[in-house]
Amino acid sequence: MEATGVTAGGKPVTFPQYLLLNAKRFATRPAMRFKDYGIWQSWSWSEQRDEIRDLALGLKAMGLSEGDRIAIVGSNRPRLYWAFCAAQSLKAIPVPVYADSVAEEMAHVLNNAGVRFAIVQDQEQVDKLQSMAAEIPQLTDIIFDEPRGLRDYERTHLHDFAAVQEIGREAARSNPSAVADWEATIRASDGSEISTILYTSGTTGRSKGVMLTARASTKAAEDTARFDNMSEFDEVLAYLPLAWVGDHYLNYAQGYVVGLCMSCPESPETVAQNLREIGPSFYFAPPRVFEGLLTSVMIRMEDASRWKKWLFHHYLGVAKAHGEKILEGRPVPLSGRISYWIGDKLIYGPLRNVLGFTRIRTAYTAGEAIGPDLFSFFRSLGINLKQLYGQTEAFLYVTCQKDGDVRPDTVGKAAPDVDIRITESGEVQFRSPGMFAGYYGDAEKTRETMTEDGWVMTGDAGIFDAQGHLKIIDRAKDVGRLTSGALYAPKYIENKLKFFPNIKEAVAFGDGRDFVGVFLNIDLTAVGNWAERNNISYASYQELAGLPQVYDMMAGHIDQVNRDLAAEPMMAGAQIRRFLVLHKELDADDGELTRTQKVRRGFIAERFGPLIDALYNGAAEQFIETDMTFEDGRKGVIRATVKLRDAKVYPAAAPVQEAAE
Amino acid sequence: MNVRVKHVELHAGEDGLNPGDVMLKLENVSLAFGGVKAITDISFDILKGEIRAIIGPNGAGKTSMLNVINGFYHPQQGVITFRGQARSRMQPYEAAASGIARTFQNVALFKGMSTLDNIMSGRTLKMHRNFFWQVLNIGPARNEEIEHRLKVEEIIDFLEIQHIRKTPVGKLPYGLQKRVELGRALAMEPDLLLLDEPMAGMNLEEKEDMSRFILDVNSQMGTTIALIEHDMGVVMDISDRVVVLDYGRKIGDGTPDEVKNNQDVIDAYLGVSH
Repeated sequence: MEATGVTAGGKPVTFPQYLLLNAKRFATRPAMRFKDYGIWQSWSWSEQRDEIRDLALGLKAMGLSEGDRIAIVGSNRPRLYWAFCAAQSLKAIPVPVYADSVAEEMAHVLNNAGVRFAIVQDQEQVDKLQSMAAEIPQLTDIIFDEPRGLRDYERTHLHDFAAVQEIGREAARSNPSAVADWEATIRASDGSEISTILYTSGTTGRSKGVMLTARASTKAAEDTARFDNMSEFDEVLAYLPLAWVGDHYLNYAQGYVVGLCMSCPESPETVAQNLREIGPSFYFAPPRVFEGLLTSVMIRMEDASRWKKWLFHHYLGVAKAHGEKILEGRPVPLSGRISYWIGDKLIYGPLRNVLGFTRIRTAYTAGEAIGPDLFSFFRSLGINLKQLYGQTEAFLYVTCQKDGDVRPDTVGKAAPDVDIRITESGEVQFRSPGMFAGYYGDAEKTRETMTEDGWVMTGDAGIFDAQGHLKIIDRAKDVGRLTSGALYAPKYIENKLKFFPNIKEAVAFGDGRDFVGVFLNIDLTAVGNWAERNNISYASYQELAGLPQVYDMMAGHIDQVNRDLAAEPMMAGAQIRRFLVLHKELDADDGELTRTQKVRRGFIAERFGPLIDALYNGAAEQFIETDMTFEDGRKGVIRATVKLRDAKVYPAAAPVQEAAE
Repeated sequence: MNVRVKHVELHAGEDGLNPGDVMLKLENVSLAFGGVKAITDISFDILKGEIRAIIGPNGAGKTSMLNVINGFYHPQQGVITFRGQARSRMQPYEAAASGIARTFQNVALFKGMSTLDNIMSGRTLKMHRNFFWQVLNIGPARNEEIEHRLKVEEIIDFLEIQHIRKTPVGKLPYGLQKRVELGRALAMEPDLLLLDEPMAGMNLEEKEDMSRFILDVNSQMGTTIALIEHDMGVVMDISDRVVVLDYGRKIGDGTPDEVKNNQDVIDAYLGVSH
C-alpha cells in the first residue's frame, strides 16, 4: 500500500478521510460508474467528493447531526453509496436495509435503529415506509433517488435527492467557510465513532444491528486489500445487496481504502451483461452463482455442433489436468503447457470473456460449502477463485485463502491480524481488527456473543487441518459425538454426499449412537438419465430408488466419502457404516425440508422412525408407511419396503503431518 | 437515475388543448363491410388526458372502432372530429403524423430486430434527414440519430426493459413483447394512444406491471389513452370513462361505476332471455 501513498502524512482512519485523500491523490481517476440510458456514466474521485459534499451539506442543513441514524434502502446505485459517506462525514450513522424486505421487517429494523432520515431508491420503498409511518414515529424525512411515480406525493417530508444536494450547494454559496468547515470536521475525527450499523440477515431469529467503528472498519479493509494486492487500478461491480456486509466491505470499504473504481449495474436484470462490459478485476459471488454459471455454460454447449462439443470437452479435460497447477505455479510438463496454451486461445479465453471474467485477478466465494468439482472447474480455466470465511460481526473477514495456497475443502488460514481459536466444544472464536463494537441497543445479546476475554463466538464448529487451514464443518449446536467419542458433524457428511450429482439430499444420523447412518435421496434427473443410458427400465421414483443398480451406485459414492473422511484424522471416526435410499423425495410440503430447502433432521428422524431403528438394528430391509402430500395438494399414504446396506469403512490415516507440526 | 444525461421530459405535443377538452369526437359513425354492419350509429368522445376504455363482448366492434379512429377503416356515415377538425378519409400515416399511435391485438413487431431497433422504428416520423443522409451516417444525420437514441433510451428506462435492449424481440416472452410494442408506440410521442388489448394473454403480475405503465404514461407524459380490454378488473381500476359496445351499437357510456350498474351492459355480458 506504500506505493499508493496512503502512509504518507496522516493515515486516514475514517472513510470520509479516505474520500478527501482519494480526491487529491486520484483526482481524475474513476471512482464510480453507472450505466444509465444505455451508456456508462462515470465520476472521478474529485467529482465523487463534490457529489458527497453537496449531499452532506444538504443533509446538515436539514438537521442531520452527529450520532443520528440514517437508513439507506435500495439496490446498488451511486447515490446510495454516496449517502454512506455523506452521513459518515457528519458523524451520522448509515444503516443500510435490505431493499427486498417487507414493510414490517423494514419497520422493525428502522425502529430498532431509531432512524431519523431515510434515503431510498424509488417509489416502492417510499410506499413501504409511508405505509408503516405510524410504527416508525421517529422517522421524519424521506429522500428519494428516482422521482418516477412520486409526482403527486405530498412533499413536506419527502425530498428529491437532487434537491437536497441543491440545498447543500446553496449552503456553500451563502456561507463561504461551509466547505472548509466540512473538511475540517472530517479531518478532526480520530475514528472512534460508530461508522455503520449493519443488520444481520436474520436467518436465526430477528436481525441484530452490528455496530462497527470507523477505525476498526478502515483497518480491516486496509489489511485485506494489502493481502490481495489491491490498488486504484482495480475494478469491481457492486451487484450484491447493499445492506449485506460482503457488498459493503468488498465494494465500499476496500474501494475507499485503495481508491478503486466501483461500477453499479443498470438494473438487477442486467448484471450478467454489465459484468461482461466492465470486466472487473475483483469479484465475489456465493457458490450458487458459480453453480448457475456452470450449468448455463453446459446447457448452452449442448446446443453446439458436434465438433465444437468435442473441442470443448477435450480442452476441459486438459484444463482439469493442468489448469490448477499452472495457476498455482506448480511444475507442469511442457506438452501439458502447450495443450493448455492452445486451449486458452480456443476455449478458456473466449469462455472467460463471455462470463465477464477476462480481467479477474481475485475472485472469492463464501457463505456455504462449494463442491470441489465446481471450485476446480473455475480455477482450471485460469480464474483465481478463492474462499473466505467471515461474518458481519467481524466486518467480513475471519479467514481467507492466500494466492497459491487454495483448497476446495477449507476456508484458508486466519486473515491478517485475526486470531482464531477453537473451543473444547468445537466452536470457532475469533478476535479481529474489524471486530464489532456490540449490537445496537442490545447489550445482553452482545454479552451472549462475546466471551469475557474479548473473543467473538461464531456459532460455527470448525477444525484446523494439518496445514493450519480452517475447515467449517457445521453449526456448533448441530455437532455431536458418537458413543465412541468421535466427532460427528452431520452437515459436513451430508455436504460431501450432496456434491455427487446423483444425490439430491442426504440426512445423517449418529449423535449419541454407535456409528453414522444416512438416508439418501436420489436426484431423479441425474439418476433417471443414467438409467436411460444404461437401458434400465423403471416405472416410478420409488422403483428407481429401490433398484439394486442404484444401490450399487450409491454404495460407490459412500465409499468415496468414507475414504475422504478416513484421510482426516478428526473425522475418520464418523465414517458412514449403513445407508438406505429413501422411497420418496424429501419435500417441504411434507415438512421434511424448510422452505429454503434445508433438511429438518429431527422431524425426519421422527417421521421415519422405523427406518432409523432398522439402520441401527442390522435389518436388511424394513417396511414403512408414511403420509405424503401430492403436488395437487391431495394427501395420500405411501408404503414401501426399503432395503438397507452396509458400507465399507477405512482405517484412519496416520496423523503423520500433525506430528510434524 | 438521470444524473448525467440531461433529462428531456417526454411529453405530448402542444395542441392548444387543456386537460378535459374534447380531443376526439365521433358522431353517428357507421361502418359496414358489404352487408355486415360492424359499427352502427355510434357517438362518443375522448377527452384530453383521460383513460378511455372501450369494452364489449367478442365481435362487438371494438377493434373496428380503433381502426376507424386511426384511419385504417373509413366509415360510410358519420363525422370524426380530431382536435376540432372534422376529417374525412384520413390515411393511417396521416393519423400517425397527427399524433395518434397504437398497439395491436396480436403483437406486430419486427421479430428479427432488437428491442432497441423496434422502438427506434417508432421514431421514423420524427426523423428529418432523408434516407441518403442516414445511409452516409455523418454529420447532421449522426447527431439526429443520437437525439433519437436518447429518446428511445428514456423509453427503455421508463418501461424497465434495459436487460432486453439488444435481444431480438422474436425471442422474448409474450408479456415483454407487448411492453416493447407499447415502447414503439410511445416513441412517436403520441397525443392519443390506442391500445388494443394490451393485457391479453398475460399473467397477473404482467397485468399489474402493464397497468402501472399505462397509468404512468397517462400521468407523467400526459398522453390521452383509449384502450380495449377484456379484463374487467383492470378496466374498472384504471379507466376514467368506459364506453360499452354490443353488436356494433353503443349500449353504455360513463364512469366505471355507472357502467357497472347499467342494466343493458349487465344483460349484454351475462345474457338475457328474450
